[in-house]
Amino acid sequence: MTRMDAVWIRDYTAASALGLGRAATRATLEAGRSALAPCRFESAALSTWVGEVAGVDAVRLPAAHAAYNCRNNRLAQLGLSQDGFAERARERIAHWGAARVGVFMGTSTSGVLETELAYRERDALTGALPQGFEYRRAHNAFALTDYVRRVLGATGPAVTICTACSSSAKVFAAAQRMLAADLIDAAIVGGVDSLCLTTLYGFHSLQLTAPGPCRPFDRMRDGLSISEAAAFAWLERPSGDTAGSDVLLLGTGESSDAHHMSSPHPEGAGARRAMQAALQTASLRACDIDYINLHGTGTPSNDAAEARAVHALFGSQVPCSSTKGASGHALGAAGALEALICALALQAGLMPGGLNTDEPDTSLQVDYLTSNRRAALARVLSNSFGFGGANCSLLFARADGARAS
Amino acid sequence: MLSAHVLGVGVLGPGLPDWPTAAALLRGESPYVAVASALPPPAALPPAERRRAGRVVRLALAIGAQAVADAGVCTGNLPAVFASSAGDGDNCHEICEALASAERSISPTRFHNSVHNAAAGYWSIAQGCQAPSTALCALDASFGAGLLEALLQLRAGAESVLLAAYDVDDPPPLRAHGSVSDAFGVALVLGAAPQARARLQLSFTQAPPTRLTEPALEALRESIPAARALPLLQWLSRPMQGCVVLDYLPEQRLQLHLTP
Repeated sequence: MTRMDAVWIRDYTAASALGLGRAATRATLEAGRSALAPCRFESAALSTWVGEVAGVDAVRLPAAHAAYNCRNNRLAQLGLSQDGFAERARERIAHWGAARVGVFMGTSTSGVLETELAYRERDALTGALPQGFEYRRAHNAFALTDYVRRVLGATGPAVTICTACSSSAKVFAAAQRMLAADLIDAAIVGGVDSLCLTTLYGFHSLQLTAPGPCRPFDRMRDGLSISEAAAFAWLERPSGDTAGSDVLLLGTGESSDAHHMSSPHPEGAGARRAMQAALQTASLRACDIDYINLHGTGTPSNDAAEARAVHALFGSQVPCSSTKGASGHALGAAGALEALICALALQAGLMPGGLNTDEPDTSLQVDYLTSNRRAALARVLSNSFGFGGANCSLLFARADGARAS
Repeated sequence: MLSAHVLGVGVLGPGLPDWPTAAALLRGESPYVAVASALPPPAALPPAERRRAGRVVRLALAIGAQAVADAGVCTGNLPAVFASSAGDGDNCHEICEALASAERSISPTRFHNSVHNAAAGYWSIAQGCQAPSTALCALDASFGAGLLEALLQLRAGAESVLLAAYDVDDPPPLRAHGSVSDAFGVALVLGAAPQARARLQLSFTQAPPTRLTEPALEALRESIPAARALPLLQWLSRPMQGCVVLDYLPEQRLQLHLTP
């Protein structure tokens, strides 16, 4: 495994159930507050809890891009509007040149909600979908990436990565490769996934949704809580402008479980392989990692498999937690959201404690944090694992602590 | 400049049942007759999964198997890039119909097969391959996006990589809104090290895409995003020094400099 060139996270923002923008997200994490609530989404009649972002449907897309209107792109627009991210992105695109800025987005369901709603209004005679149904710009997985590149004005390479719950972790790895090859000078990466009936009823059919708020790593954990989020980062090669408190992407690791479509490898073999590769590409060892943001969905088998993988590589020494008890599982946006939580953690010196975990499962041999812990952090790992056994682990560091002592 | 050696090819589309047949057609040795694509059940999957495999999974696994057999490579540690312009319309249709009904009952298998990386997941299971796999979507630019990602993985240190790009036509009523006329897939095994096989080098260009002289094949290229690879396949059917331009994003195309 060859060492990779580091990437500078020059800017980032997020809109999730945790809050709109970096300060609100950090405040929710510092308060140890869960954003989950009983599901009231659309017409869903399911006894489960979700992390819904308030105000998504009030968002209006710019008139020039109105054809892209769907809940997922409204959430994308809400995310881009936080912390001045879109304005600075446009300035930097003007600096680098539009063709030298790539856009790499992760999503699992993009605008499928539009199609779900359109299927309720099919023509009784012909079965046709209603007038105005817009597949390419408001349902397709690329609709998200296409929207972001058009609304910001970037014309470089663009793709949507769609590997279920690791989608928007893998975009960081794809953008890193493209920066390293000098095909681009900057990348806008991120993930947007929004609530829809396919995932709510789908996870319910697999008996993977918890009836209450999810309780990752709890002895009585009984499933996940679905949520939604938009999270974006601006990536460049490190330069003289990179400050010591800025965050770098140092390592990326990807692997496949080759085991089952919707259950993890019981020993976490694929998860372990992804974390190992992230360490190797960063030329770091397990003892160099200060904190792990777990995938930690709260389903019995996912948490058990991940705990085995973490224990095999790190023993029980490295503090770790899942932030999904606070945010819910944002599926295709989870990787990017949690990457940005890692950036906040590094900059604030805060390891967010896992919420809703009243009785940690002692059979899971990891140092699972159930309350916030303050400590200077230099290097942290973020895990994302998806259906189909698509795993991705990302290693982030403060620029002033990037190299191990 | 990004580059790779083409180690193996697989193709399946209307009137193009396999790579040897397609190569002969693309050389003009036999006339092109467009008959609907026939997708074989994936022999590499266990019987239960084989029965339940939809058209997208059948197509992706068939072209992948062709390409690795042609390349003679071991799949146990072969990274894979899967690219599709839309995904599994059959599955999406069934789920949306169920959600529009009073019961809203979705089968668990249908749900986990709804992910865009379903074919990548089944491929890794069938091959017992724990190497990284990814699943991309860029509408009409999907083949180009997949090719770029595969070449970048080689540059980042992979010895070889499987690229599989495939599209399957949607059922009604989605069909009226999609951009795929029939099932078409192309797979390449690309290698980093010098080999006896053809070499390609990639750069961006503003030039228009290379067109095929045979009108029916050109119509195929235009009507299915994965078939945007056809100019490259035509060159691979009769390698000579040259250059082809493949469709990519509206703002730019991919220029491939080719050496036999």
